[in-house]
Amino acid sequence: MESISVLMTCPPVHPYLVEALEKRFTLHKLDSVPDKPQFLSSHRDSIRAVVGNAAAGADAELIDQLPKLEIVSSYSVGLDKIDLAKCKEKGIRVTNTPDVLTDDVADLALGLMLAVLRRLCESDRYVRSGLWKKGDYKLTTKFSGKTVGIIGLGRIGMAIAQRAEAFSCPISYFSRSQKPGINYKYHPSVVDLAANCDILVVACALTPETRHIINREVIDALGPKGVLINIGRGPHVDEAELVSALVEGRLGGAGLDVFQDEPNVPEELFKLENVVLLPHVGSGTVETRQAMADLVVGNLEAHFLNKPLLTPVV
Amino acid sequence: MGSPAADEDLPQVLLIRNPPAFTIDGEEQFTSAKFRFLKAFESTLPPHDFLAARAQSVRAMLASGGAVVDASVLQFLPELRLIVTTTAGLNQLDLPECRRRGIRIANAGDVYSADVADCAVGLLIDVLRKISACNRYVKQGFWASKGDYPLGSKLRGKRIGIVGLGRIGYQVAKRLEAFGCSIAYNSRKAKPGVSYPFYQEVQELAAKSDALILCCGLTEQTRHMINKEVLAALGKDGVIVNIARGGVIDEKEMVRCLMEGEIAGAGLDVFENEPDAPKELMELDNVVMSPHCAVFTRESLLDVARLVVGNLEAFFSNEPLLSEYEDD
Repeated sequence: MESISVLMTCPPVHPYLVEALEKRFTLHKLDSVPDKPQFLSSHRDSIRAVVGNAAAGADAELIDQLPKLEIVSSYSVGLDKIDLAKCKEKGIRVTNTPDVLTDDVADLALGLMLAVLRRLCESDRYVRSGLWKKGDYKLTTKFSGKTVGIIGLGRIGMAIAQRAEAFSCPISYFSRSQKPGINYKYHPSVVDLAANCDILVVACALTPETRHIINREVIDALGPKGVLINIGRGPHVDEAELVSALVEGRLGGAGLDVFQDEPNVPEELFKLENVVLLPHVGSGTVETRQAMADLVVGNLEAHFLNKPLLTPVV
Repeated sequence: MGSPAADEDLPQVLLIRNPPAFTIDGEEQFTSAKFRFLKAFESTLPPHDFLAARAQSVRAMLASGGAVVDASVLQFLPELRLIVTTTAGLNQLDLPECRRRGIRIANAGDVYSADVADCAVGLLIDVLRKISACNRYVKQGFWASKGDYPLGSKLRGKRIGIVGLGRIGYQVAKRLEAFGCSIAYNSRKAKPGVSYPFYQEVQELAAKSDALILCCGLTEQTRHMINKEVLAALGKDGVIVNIARGGVIDEKEMVRCLMEGEIAGAGLDVFENEPDAPKELMELDNVVMSPHCAVFTRESLLDVARLVVGNLEAFFSNEPLLSEYEDD
């Protein structure tokens, strides 16, 4: 299989994945190519697979430039960077990395809730700066028992719900449709959900319909005591509205793992003690990234050996 | 409150020091129509002189964590029959001396347990997933300039060793089970009806754990229980979380282990010499610290004030206490 050309469209920041691909295929890293149009044009007849991630995948323009493309294997569960319709149209297979990262993302959501409500990062800073010698840190807000509202009750949303229940948190949710057999309280709109919960978590897929699902109206409904947790995608949130709400105190707090234009994060948020900012580490454990890489490689191998794909989307 | 004349008939409750959050947002939280406070700290007399002069007939006392109550204090309180604490821990009281004198104790019961358990879980997730370190990283602008932060470690499948499976330890266990962790524990003795594996020796628990969470009281037996041998058994991939008391750990040894990479990280709410935390820890990214504030949420302090008042009112009405502490 070493002669099969695979194009990595995302930055090659995952050594285990890069090594595993280089061992089996001829790997091209688009990120390190100085003249991308020239590269694509000269390799148009050899590239048979694309590996992408949350940052970059395969949009319509790229797909059009790779007539021999057979499969897009994403090192992510999110598919927002892949033109799925175009892949379907052209018979290009698409795979992602579901299930293996569900725990890590859910764990991080809970970690962010605790960090924001209990001011864990700020109180760590308080100790490091020597301020404790001057007096106690201020009172924080109890997490157990707070109502958690989840947007999107898929694998990750359910995993978050199940963990929050262990803290006696009542769970409510919004989804495209009410889920049968689920005991959590369904709200028919995101605004309604936001108005009736203490902590609102974005856990749905990013699609044209869910872009800016967190807008001014939702932020107002969540209110000055409410907390927003985003472990979905940056574009789920109208970032400018979120920043002004936080700066002006109209929203109680936020825990954010994803942003509109990663790795750029609005600097107005840096000094806010009720905001915790993470560099898109939802699946960021050694164990999970390895499992994700194994799925990417395993899917590619299966495809080129004419075996059933491990985690096909299209 | 009633008129001054009626107030004087009310039984007195001795208050040596002002408890934390005696007032929250300007409102006094421990008020009752059934008793009044005798505030030693408001007097110009030295404490023991005040007690000798004014506290002879006092039957009840409210003690917060900072108020040490030992024989030297109790000698001035011959009528004392009840100590109510605002704390769950009782290491500030000389318990054998209280028992000898027939003094009953009511503590904070289960009021803080959820908050302390939440803090323990929050610290563990923070250490394993590097939340505080990443937050610092992003807020210094490093994500854009330096790239991704190093990866953390997964929670599911981690073996958690709970040291002290009391109310707080049990709540920690219940929470971490939901994250797919497995639980084992050490306690003075095995708890009936508990299915988690029990280890009589902390060192053995440490050897079989990926993370140790300290939830026990500080006593003669538990002082420096987490020592060189236990930390070595925990090992270079092991994490320690302490929401109990600083004195349970040999702090100097733990600091050395962290500096030399002999354990992987620590989440610490308590220290041996508060408010001083070891300066060596201040530069470490694999350590998360908090200023002994696991119980300090608005909700818990309101709840404990209600519980304290409830206990005192029950005592003065000869009713059962709400949260009487029994040695087991």
